[in-house]
Amino acid sequence: MNLGLAFDLLLAASLLWSAWRALNASRLDRAIVLFIVFGLLMALAWARLSAPDIALAEAAIGAGLTGALLLDAYGALRRRDTAEARE
Amino acid sequence: MKRVVVVGGAFAFTLLLVAAMRELAPAAIDLRPSVAAHLAASGVEHPVTAVLLNYRGYDTLLEIAVLLLALLGILAVTRDQGGGAPRPVDPLLQMLARIAATLMIVVAIYLLWAGAFRPGGAFQAGAVLAAAMVLLHLTGLLPGWRQPGVRLRWGLAAGFLVFLAVAAALLLAGGLLTYPPAHAGALILLIESGLTFSLGLILAGLFLFLSRDEGDAP
Repeated sequence: MNLGLAFDLLLAASLLWSAWRALNASRLDRAIVLFIVFGLLMALAWARLSAPDIALAEAAIGAGLTGALLLDAYGALRRRDTAEARE
Repeated sequence: MKRVVVVGGAFAFTLLLVAAMRELAPAAIDLRPSVAAHLAASGVEHPVTAVLLNYRGYDTLLEIAVLLLALLGILAVTRDQGGGAPRPVDPLLQMLARIAATLMIVVAIYLLWAGAFRPGGAFQAGAVLAAAMVLLHLTGLLPGWRQPGVRLRWGLAAGFLVFLAVAAALLLAGGLLTYPPAHAGALILLIESGLTFSLGLILAGLFLFLSRDEGDAP
């Protein structure tokens, strides 16, 4: 069994695992971090499929910008919740 | 019990899809030889960039228009939010963010330039620019945007306008986005530079227009 195949199998398994965990995480912040992890693994998978253009776009937009937007939204939700709790 | 049925059904469906995929005939049209055959006349050396900006340039033209529309939609639904004072941030963090943002701008310009002959291009470069702006915003160096001023509006629309102007000029000269081979490289670089600049602003705008400076909220 060569090293490339082992890496691909590991990558596919961790993609499925992170997708499952992101959907099933009980806490929202954990789900967002797992989504970013999923995006970065997906970028690696694109690179392994010799599509470096898509890998770059996935890493920059899928994982980076979407992750930042989700984290920002989570922060806004949490601030609203604490403000409501104080009232 | 219900969960087991759902998971089992999904598994069976996946197996069915995999089996169906193995039955598929090979693609009827193979475009790779014709892409490679006309690469010399496209003005760039990387096939992906040639497809995106030359062979199917109008797709990219519509793509940037859609992104601009998405941002306009966000501007239409967000109210003018009162921005508070930026939250206090560690000065060391600010210094590191400044260094990182400088490096990211260099990387963005490299990606733009590299798009002509290797993986890279305007969208990736624009995303890196936007990430640099988001980083500066998160470290309190760049305040969130409220209503776009005149200069920002022109900046957001510049990429689309440059692309549209080139397309209109070429339409007068011949066909829609059929570059003359002698000037194709320069025209594509011009369009990509405009796209990078505007995409950076648009993607950063998705973040900066929505985000509120309320780190010191009550």
